[in-house]
Amino acid sequence: MPKKVVSGNYAAAYAAKHARVEVVAAYPITPQTSIIEKIAEFIANGEVENLQYVPVESEHSAMAACIGASATGARAFTATSAQGLALMHEMLHWAAGARLPIVMVDVNRAMAPPWSVWDDQTDSLSQRDTGWLQFYAENNQEVYDGVLMAFKIAEHEKVNLPVMVVESAFILSHTYDVVDMPEQEEIDEFLPPRKPLYTLTDFENPFSVGALGTPADYYEFRYKIAKAMEEAKKVIKEVGKEYGERFGRDYSQMIELYKTDDAEIVFMGMGSLMGTVKEAVDMLRSEGYKVGAAKVRWFRPFPKEELYELAKNVEGIAVLDRNFSFGQEGILFNESKGVLYNTDAKPIMKNYIVGLGGRDLTVNDVKTIAKNMREIIQKGKLDREIEWYHLKR
Amino acid sequence: MELPADVKKRLTLPFEEHFYAGHTACQGCGASLGLRYVLKAYGGKAIFTIPACCSTIIAGPWPYTALNAPLFHTAFETTGAVISGIEAALKAKGYKVKGEDGIMVVGWAGDGGTADIGLQALSGFLERGHDALYIMYDNEAYMNTGIQRSSSTPYGAWTTNTPGGKRHFIEQRPKKKVIDIVIAHKPAYAATASIAYPEDFMRKLKKAQTIRGPSFIQLFAPCPTGWRSPTDKSIELARLAVQTAYFPLFEYENGKYKINMPSPNKEPKPLEEYLKLQGRFKYMTKEDMEILQEWVLKEWEELKKKAELFG
Ligand SMILES: Cc1ncc(C[n+]2csc(CCOP(=O)(O)OP(=O)(O)O)c2C)c(N)n1
Ligand code: SF4
Repeated sequence: MPKKVVSGNYAAAYAAKHARVEVVAAYPITPQTSIIEKIAEFIANGEVENLQYVPVESEHSAMAACIGASATGARAFTATSAQGLALMHEMLHWAAGARLPIVMVDVNRAMAPPWSVWDDQTDSLSQRDTGWLQFYAENNQEVYDGVLMAFKIAEHEKVNLPVMVVESAFILSHTYDVVDMPEQEEIDEFLPPRKPLYTLTDFENPFSVGALGTPADYYEFRYKIAKAMEEAKKVIKEVGKEYGERFGRDYSQMIELYKTDDAEIVFMGMGSLMGTVKEAVDMLRSEGYKVGAAKVRWFRPFPKEELYELAKNVEGIAVLDRNFSFGQEGILFNESKGVLYNTDAKPIMKNYIVGLGGRDLTVNDVKTIAKNMREIIQKGKLDREIEWYHLKR
Repeated sequence: MELPADVKKRLTLPFEEHFYAGHTACQGCGASLGLRYVLKAYGGKAIFTIPACCSTIIAGPWPYTALNAPLFHTAFETTGAVISGIEAALKAKGYKVKGEDGIMVVGWAGDGGTADIGLQALSGFLERGHDALYIMYDNEAYMNTGIQRSSSTPYGAWTTNTPGGKRHFIEQRPKKKVIDIVIAHKPAYAATASIAYPEDFMRKLKKAQTIRGPSFIQLFAPCPTGWRSPTDKSIELARLAVQTAYFPLFEYENGKYKINMPSPNKEPKPLEEYLKLQGRFKYMTKEDMEILQEWVLKEWEELKKKAELFG
């Protein structure tokens, strides 16, 4: 299998190329820019055929153009970050509502002010109610694999919803790593050309998409999206398994479990910080801590069932959120506590807010968190529910 | 359907209808007439994009559509971007775009969705040179949300957020010249048209079909509901707007301007004839009318000069 040393952004661009995208509409924003630059380079070098690149005048238009393209039957791709994603917000609802399997890479970047270009998950998590599936990549390989799987999942006849593949600013976007890329023919077998649910080129049977939905019907449209999200769980697991069988990297779990079998404490989080966490788990294990890591790969649809299975057998879960919902708590913490409320699994759960705006989370930090969790479990009681870890006071 | 023999002689517009009865426009709606002509011009072989505006409603609620053509309803400010995406997809997939046998990509948006919130996407569409047609139907206000001013609302007009009354709080700014902004992009083709002159409009639609690059048509479309005018006066108003030179008909192509007035040698009629038929101008004073008249004639002279210099 060909290997390339690429940044997370180039991994995303190669994946889009290998997925044979037909329309790319995008607007530059740091740290996403090198994704679209690389795609432009593919076109300039004649490495791709039939790819239309629309250099739009804003992110709002990028998503609108992808929507037009996808509704016309094309495989459409874009990428953005932070302010750009926020500007797209209205159209994210439109893409999901019109059931268009657009794939977008979001490079997680903190929202301004103050201006920041560094990692933070609040941009993508703010889009959680738009009807997009969300996949969080831990490393460059997962960015690449994530984009390829995203198209297959998005375009599945039971799903027909857009997918966001999320990678972290700089930690992945600009950091080079070895990425395995299958041969194009193998990818073509895995991901055949798109079979659209509908296309605007159907002149024999013209219809309208997105017309006024009165109270008599709107509700059912929403229900269908809710159903598709549930169906997507099965599709994600199937596609993840198939990916493993074909290419050797299995993604059949929506939550990747690392050394959790006998774990008393589990660190739960999403994205690149989970690489650090796994490293810390290894070290803590050698020091006698029974710890494990649970990496939430798919935040939408939310892997409720898998979380419940995990929670049944552990004493404490430390949820590491590189994001925050003001007036409440970390978003992953909020979601996972909610899932467990009506179950009989009741581990102690504590929310650690970490690394906002790109501040490092180190292996030592995770160790400190482990010690804190152990004390809590021994006492059988939380010191506090939310901790802003390494806050300057 | 066969055409009665005597009808054939008079008819210059395509007979086929692609805009169906059962649409939900108000009586006398100029926009719906315009849409009907566009559908006739392209014989159903066009993909329509309609943003939030009266036409969203006119086209009909789910599961109905009054258009015999594929139609994508989109967000208010996105017409220029969505038609760009549709055109790109057609090209990527190898469809023939434009020409007699090709697909027309048509954006159909109101003046608000074009001159205000959608101006950026329109600009992007024009500047990138997509092979599509953007039609702005100009009813001079936000009608769908209940008659608020747009930047295309003329000086002196009553709207619900320029309501007139004692403080003289009527529209104080001249109508934005969207077509000039469009022409500044050097599009392949730009034109004004009026629902009172369907043959002229049809010719322009055909032109947009043959020309490479982005086209733009600003279509004057009276709105009896918003203009407080009798429902049987829409065509008359659209004609008077041209005859008074309030909304002159012209084309721009290859850097050249061409005026296409129905009676080229006639002096413009007094504007008052046009204004007095509409309730929306009832708060105008004599001076207001003079200001507007003067502005209209000045613009008209300017256009004539352009046609002379760049004809
Ligand atoms: C982002 C956004 N803001 C506001 C609206 C509300 N809105 C819907 S239609 C409309 C006015 C449309 O006016 P215009 O484009 O002139 O078309 P008309 O209704 O006159 O046909 C407005 C303000 C919206 N749909 N989207
Ligand atoms: S409000 Fe005006 S533009 Fe809208 S449907 Fe009625 S007449 Fe037509």
